[in-house]
Amino acid sequence: MSTSTLAPSQESPATRALHTVLRSRELAIVIVLGLIILLATARRSSFVLSADGWRDTLLAPSILLLLAVGQMVVVVTRNVDLSVGSTLGITAYVTGKIFVANPDISVIVVFLAGLAVGAVIGAINGVLVTLFKVPALVITLGTMYVLRGALTREVGSDRMNAQDYPAHFEKLGTQQVLTIPVLTIIALVVVAAVGYYLHTARGGRELYAIGSDPDAADLYGLPTGRRVLGAFVLCGALAGLAGVFSAARYATAFSGTGSGIELQAVAAVVIGGVAIFGGSGTVWGAAIGAFLLVTINRALPILGISEFWQGAVVGALIIGSIVLDRVLSIRRTHQLVEARDHA
Amino acid sequence: MSTATPVAPAAAESRTYAAYSRSLLARLLLNREAAVIAALVVVFVYALGNVQYFDGPLTIYNLLKEYAPILLMALPMTLIIVTGEIDLSVASTLGASAAITGVLVVDHDLSVPSAAVVAIVVGALLGALNGFFVAYVGLPSLAVTIGSLALYRGLAEGLIQDKRISGFPGALRTWPTERIGDTQYPNIIIPIIVLAVLFGLLLHFTSFGRSVFEIGLSDEAAHFSGVNVARTKLILFTLSGAVAALAGVYVALKSNSVATDTGAGFELKVIAGVLLGGVSIFGGRGALHGVIAGVLLIAVLNSALQLDGQGSEVIQIIIGLLLVGSVIASNFLPRIRALLPRRAVTPEVTSKTPVNGDHTRKVAQ
Repeated sequence: MSTSTLAPSQESPATRALHTVLRSRELAIVIVLGLIILLATARRSSFVLSADGWRDTLLAPSILLLLAVGQMVVVVTRNVDLSVGSTLGITAYVTGKIFVANPDISVIVVFLAGLAVGAVIGAINGVLVTLFKVPALVITLGTMYVLRGALTREVGSDRMNAQDYPAHFEKLGTQQVLTIPVLTIIALVVVAAVGYYLHTARGGRELYAIGSDPDAADLYGLPTGRRVLGAFVLCGALAGLAGVFSAARYATAFSGTGSGIELQAVAAVVIGGVAIFGGSGTVWGAAIGAFLLVTINRALPILGISEFWQGAVVGALIIGSIVLDRVLSIRRTHQLVEARDHA
Repeated sequence: MSTATPVAPAAAESRTYAAYSRSLLARLLLNREAAVIAALVVVFVYALGNVQYFDGPLTIYNLLKEYAPILLMALPMTLIIVTGEIDLSVASTLGASAAITGVLVVDHDLSVPSAAVVAIVVGALLGALNGFFVAYVGLPSLAVTIGSLALYRGLAEGLIQDKRISGFPGALRTWPTERIGDTQYPNIIIPIIVLAVLFGLLLHFTSFGRSVFEIGLSDEAAHFSGVNVARTKLILFTLSGAVAALAGVYVALKSNSVATDTGAGFELKVIAGVLLGGVSIFGGRGALHGVIAGVLLIAVLNSALQLDGQGSEVIQIIIGLLLVGSVIASNFLPRIRALLPRRAVTPEVTSKTPVNGDHTRKVAQ
């Protein structure tokens, strides 16, 4: 029996790769995404084919991409981070503060500052969750309130406006290299790096192990606390970077910046096929989920669905994709049981 | 331990399970619920003495008026969280129900009571849909209700679009916010008390309530001991939808207007209140009076800080800190206590109960 299950595949690596892609959960979302873009383009060709349409299609998801990647890394360890929206708001505002104090500062420094502020917030969440062994949902719900309250107290009814950000920073928000927006390139690099790490590196695989069974991972000797803390720091840092992106793109920051986006990030992760109780899913899936979520919002009015029904469509999409995951996993279990019985 | 065994056998024969290690008084007073109630009383008394106008005639009235929907939704939410599930969609159900009430009453000239019945039935159906996915399809409630959070809010947006519905007719509109006689209490307090008593009885004094706790401790054990886990969850989510819809009708009448964002963000306040009230997010532990005290604590803090001239952001910070502090305290203190017994606590406890009991009995003889 063990020989039959452990025998190496007879197929060539190319066929195996193809099979992996065809069988992957991510393909379903890619097809939906492709269909939506195709239909919207057929209705109104400027949706993708015009210069502005092309730029918006790529640029609009960049912020949610970062949040979804960070959220995915936390969710895969069977945790969740609801404070990312508040983190985003804080760094968007801090970015403005830095520029007001020092208009000539290098953009790189601002990006690093955003990452650092976010990482510190993520570390606070991570320490609270790992040290006190309390559920992340409650802790990050609490820090979400605390951070948002602190930001509101600091900002008040004030807001950062376009004149507070220097022109070269605002230009970055729409700048393109080979027609691809810079922000999207950075976001995609982050997706690729984190995705590669989770797919291949030991630390990345351990995150999956922790998520699928925290106690087993602990007994096996994995540094669970350190890994989960690391996941929260990464998530916070990416949320911080998303705040800088938000400032660059919209050239504004106020006390409500980014509120409510944390649920969108979780939604993107869920649509992307990442199990909400950890242990399975891919960064690519989460990234495509974010892409789909943002694109669908832009495409619905063009497809003739009133913009007022968008929320309903997004909700149905989320529930639909969880149901799909459930069906797929039941089918996989059946196949495995059958394979075992026939062996 | 060794000192306890010789005197124990008589008791051990009649009782095979552990006797309570603490007296009734200690069990009633030294728990999370009592701590929250104490905090509520302390804050209330402090505010009465130190915050200007807090003792005014409008304070309690306004406080109850504003927090009535949160209190209402916290009742079924307590039961849901005790089973280890969560319902993030309550505020969206509230929004959808407010939108339905508004559209039916203002645009279609339906009477308020019949519109309310329709809204509550729809709310129950929306809740039942959540319950179906969680209980019978077996999906995680966190993910499902994030989806329905968007879906039900979307229904509200689709129903009322960009207009703002206002101008509910006459007498019934003002009933919920009218005072009972000359007291400080608005009429909405009556349905809240009735529902609180009903949910309290349901959770703490029925076999259904015991099965709710059992599910929270272990789904599987509950199933094997004859609890219909799926049906219980379906019922709870349906109740949650119906009560959220009732809160939606109230909010529509109270503010005399409905917009797409009516009640947005309430879900987190409800959950904060429930967790503050001592319900474990892992399920299996909690009590309804603690939750009511938890919500009222947030409400009293809110109104005291407002009267003190603080903005709403301060209350946000305090809710957050209370939330974090309360889970850390409830998770961390038992662990510290668990580290101690080898030195002090266990011998004292184990020797005290049987020996003391026997001692007094001998003296009496």
